[in-house]
Amino acid sequence: QAEKVMLEMQDPKTGVKSQPQRLVITTIPHAITEARNFGSMLVALGYIYPLQDHKRLVIKPDASLYRFQTPYFWPTQQWPVEDTDYAIYLAKRNIRKKGILELHEQEQYNRLHKWMNHKWDFIVMQAKEQYRAAKERKKPDRVVFECQERAYWVVHRPPPGTVSAMDYGLDRRIDPNTEETKTPDFYERMMIFTQQSIMRPRVKSSVSIGAMVKYCATYSSHDPFLSKCLPSNPWLTDDVTYWTLNMPNVEIPTAMRVERWTFSFGELLSDPRGRNDFRLFLKKEFSGENLAFWESCEDLKWGTAATMGEKAEQIYKTFLARGAPRWINIDGKTMEITLKSLKHPHRYVLDAAQTHIYMLMKKDSYGRYMKSPVFKDTLKKAICPDEHKFTDAQLEQNAKNRRPSLSPIVLRQLEQEQKAKMAANVDITQLCRFTTPVPHLAVYSGISDFPSANASPSLPFLTHTPACPSPISVALDSTSASERRAEATEGEAEGNPAARAPVGGNASRSRMALSLRRLLKRGCTPSNMFASLSPKCHSAAGTSSRIQPIGPDQPSQAPPRRIANFFQIKVDIPPECRIYPIESEDEDEENRAASRGGGVGAKEIICPWESLTPQNGTG
Amino acid sequence: MAADSLSRLSKDPCENAASFMKPSGRQTSARWSHGSECKLCRFITDTGFIPSSLISLHPSNPHLFLIGAVERAARKAVQDTTLQEAVASITVVGRVQMKTRKTLRGHLAKIYAMHWGADANSKLCVSASQDGKLIVWDSITTNKVNAIPLKSSWVMTCAYAPSGNLVACGGLDNMCSIYNLKGKDGNVKVMRELAAHTGYLSCCRFLSDSEIITSSGDCTCVLWDIETGTQKTIFAGHQGDCMSLAVSPDFNFFISGACDFTAKLWDIREGQCRQTFGGHESDINAIGFFPNGNAVITGSDDATCKLYDLRADQELITYQDSGIMCGVTSLAPSLSGRLLLAGYDDFNVNIWDALKSERVGVLAGHDNRVSCIGVSADGMACCTGSWDSFLKIWN
Repeated sequence: QAEKVMLEMQDPKTGVKSQPQRLVITTIPHAITEARNFGSMLVALGYIYPLQDHKRLVIKPDASLYRFQTPYFWPTQQWPVEDTDYAIYLAKRNIRKKGILELHEQEQYNRLHKWMNHKWDFIVMQAKEQYRAAKERKKPDRVVFECQERAYWVVHRPPPGTVSAMDYGLDRRIDPNTEETKTPDFYERMMIFTQQSIMRPRVKSSVSIGAMVKYCATYSSHDPFLSKCLPSNPWLTDDVTYWTLNMPNVEIPTAMRVERWTFSFGELLSDPRGRNDFRLFLKKEFSGENLAFWESCEDLKWGTAATMGEKAEQIYKTFLARGAPRWINIDGKTMEITLKSLKHPHRYVLDAAQTHIYMLMKKDSYGRYMKSPVFKDTLKKAICPDEHKFTDAQLEQNAKNRRPSLSPIVLRQLEQEQKAKMAANVDITQLCRFTTPVPHLAVYSGISDFPSANASPSLPFLTHTPACPSPISVALDSTSASERRAEATEGEAEGNPAARAPVGGNASRSRMALSLRRLLKRGCTPSNMFASLSPKCHSAAGTSSRIQPIGPDQPSQAPPRRIANFFQIKVDIPPECRIYPIESEDEDEENRAASRGGGVGAKEIICPWESLTPQNGTG
Repeated sequence: MAADSLSRLSKDPCENAASFMKPSGRQTSARWSHGSECKLCRFITDTGFIPSSLISLHPSNPHLFLIGAVERAARKAVQDTTLQEAVASITVVGRVQMKTRKTLRGHLAKIYAMHWGADANSKLCVSASQDGKLIVWDSITTNKVNAIPLKSSWVMTCAYAPSGNLVACGGLDNMCSIYNLKGKDGNVKVMRELAAHTGYLSCCRFLSDSEIITSSGDCTCVLWDIETGTQKTIFAGHQGDCMSLAVSPDFNFFISGACDFTAKLWDIREGQCRQTFGGHESDINAIGFFPNGNAVITGSDDATCKLYDLRADQELITYQDSGIMCGVTSLAPSLSGRLLLAGYDDFNVNIWDALKSERVGVLAGHDNRVSCIGVSADGMACCTGSWDSFLKIWN
């Protein structure tokens, strides 16, 4: 708006009186106060500039002269006011007459010289060019231009102590001071808001408050601020027995911990130890796939975005497709929605199905687990430590023996190692069985064809609470180095095949000599579950995504591609796995790897986002 | 006409490249790009109406008055009891006395924020101070595990990722900087700088290693995708600077408190503002979830804390005392939710019995304003950070 006024003022017919005084100069009317305020604003912003006292951008109530600023320099042009330009300007003035710069300008000049040292040649060159070009102009034009430029810089690089009109506050998305205009859209929104407000499902206060009070009462004995910790609170006594007894995957849990599992299904699932017990229970009940599906969904939700498509694909192949090895039982409607949305996989694509399975487990399996003899046994065996009674001397000793706490990263590694150790108690003969394709891999689908179902007392699997992101993404970068070391040591010790980690699943590139070890690995492509059985391969436990091929010439593959193999831990041997001669299988692997890296669906597997036959996937 | 609008609500999760009316009323476009969910960003706003409790300030506006009345009526309809009535038979918790067990020394200037690690077994916490340092402490030994120098020393918030791999901080530089603690050869480096806010960063919280939510002085909260460094969802609707946020225990919702005296509950998945709570008479500085996820606690410059019930959609109780006249800067509930620890401008932390609304303890030990407070994941220790540059662990 200021511009419009400016233009009008300059109009020779209706505008302000102007008299040429050596050059083009005008006077500003200053009789009325309002005009003066407006005039001040114009000066402060740089539309008009005073000729004499050019440093102070104010309107003075006398006959001092002002000039209109050329539109080139108007603030509304919104040029970014660059330090480079300012540097050029100062350099130019320096050339014209050395020592003409004001004190603050000199300081700025020095500062810019320091910061823009790398550009200084360019700046000086530009300044010289502009100076030369200016010299070629007619004198009146040159003087006017110099004044204009000077005024421009006074506005944008004000001398210290002056207030700049260019300062402004935060850019807020919504201006709290604006009145909202009453458009039809406004009223429509109001109606929707009101409707929403009425229709919002509200629970009766008594119910909600009751639940809150009950929560406090239930957890009161578990709240360290309110109740004692047994055997002793480490913060008070410096004795860490309490924490040791409550490590994530301890052999025997404490009684308090087991009690928490009874509070809610969520508590049971979020405690890794509890989840393990529950998993075993489900295995016996032949409904292990429910928990496995739930865990896969969690992994999808919290994993990296790059792996989303592959994970979703794997989940579909494993749990949702017709004839999938671990088919989960969800109702038709949910299945339909899920399959439809799997066409465009995103983080929450399996929400509906996951919720359904969660409620299924909660209402059915959880209750039975609580009543089961297994749980009762756990409860009986749970540790109930006695309270510590330290003397002062002992307390001092404890304080001296303080150990630093473990970083969560280290803790996770310990978890993996422990799991690997536990799962390493596998009979060698078991391995051979798995080299032949079995239609439904018994151990993981829960239907035990094998007489010795003690293959893995606690299935090696990533336990992650909803709060934890997928350990895959977690461990991707850091342990690849240590992992390669593990592989290398493995390569050397040819001793115990059972202890080998059959990581051949990814060994698409290495062409090693036939050996029993390699045969086992190749045959066990899907059985990367054994990847976790090796006590040596720390990182392999469950996170087979990072498993590197064996051999000295290991290419460092991009881990996300390998996420697909993560699910092969639980999956049956896929149809294309046979006992192939090694070479052809390598090619097969490479093809598979290539297609996986490229697109969403591998060609040989029917997925909903392939050209669909209607029968596929409808529950 | 309103009915029509509602019937057009599309709940189909497969909807892509479509714009449809969301219950919040403002037109939003939710765009999912195929195969990769983080290319495009959703801009979500809610209606931005002033909640009913503040209607009295605008008696001249009949429309807002009407909405206020409707909401009040709906809330009254379900209120068949009050918290005071429900807990009449419960006795107040006995006096809670906690002592300073550890003092974490090392910062050289005011501490503005701290956050515990989520792992119950590790006792690491991160703190941010305006000396330009982010320090990860081992609270048991009081050693500094990492001391991260920051580009901008005007830091106002910090967060520890649940996995323990990342920490984030931000402040007057309008950016949220993510640091990778697990960098190769032990160096902590900046992993991402999330810059798109036009106002200062007041709070940030991780959902996982790939997503983080930030609240800002530009009145919005944003859900970011860390890998690509882009905004996934912008939650706009507050009329004042968003000062703090908290994520629900199930990670499906988060709440934000702002300088418009209201707290809003946002659905992360759907991208909607589900509920708005008013009642405070000044800026809300601190906010937190009750441990069961069904109630929200807010702390404000008006020297009170309030407890709101999410399911019954109303304010339950106010924690105030005539002797307290300074604002609340931070708060944290204990593990069971029975105790509420709130830090104040008068250098103290007051411990409230959350159900009975009585003060049951004080933590006095700081020589300047208590700026941040947090209870560890296993509920065993409380850490307070203050402008006197010390962090204290209480138990």
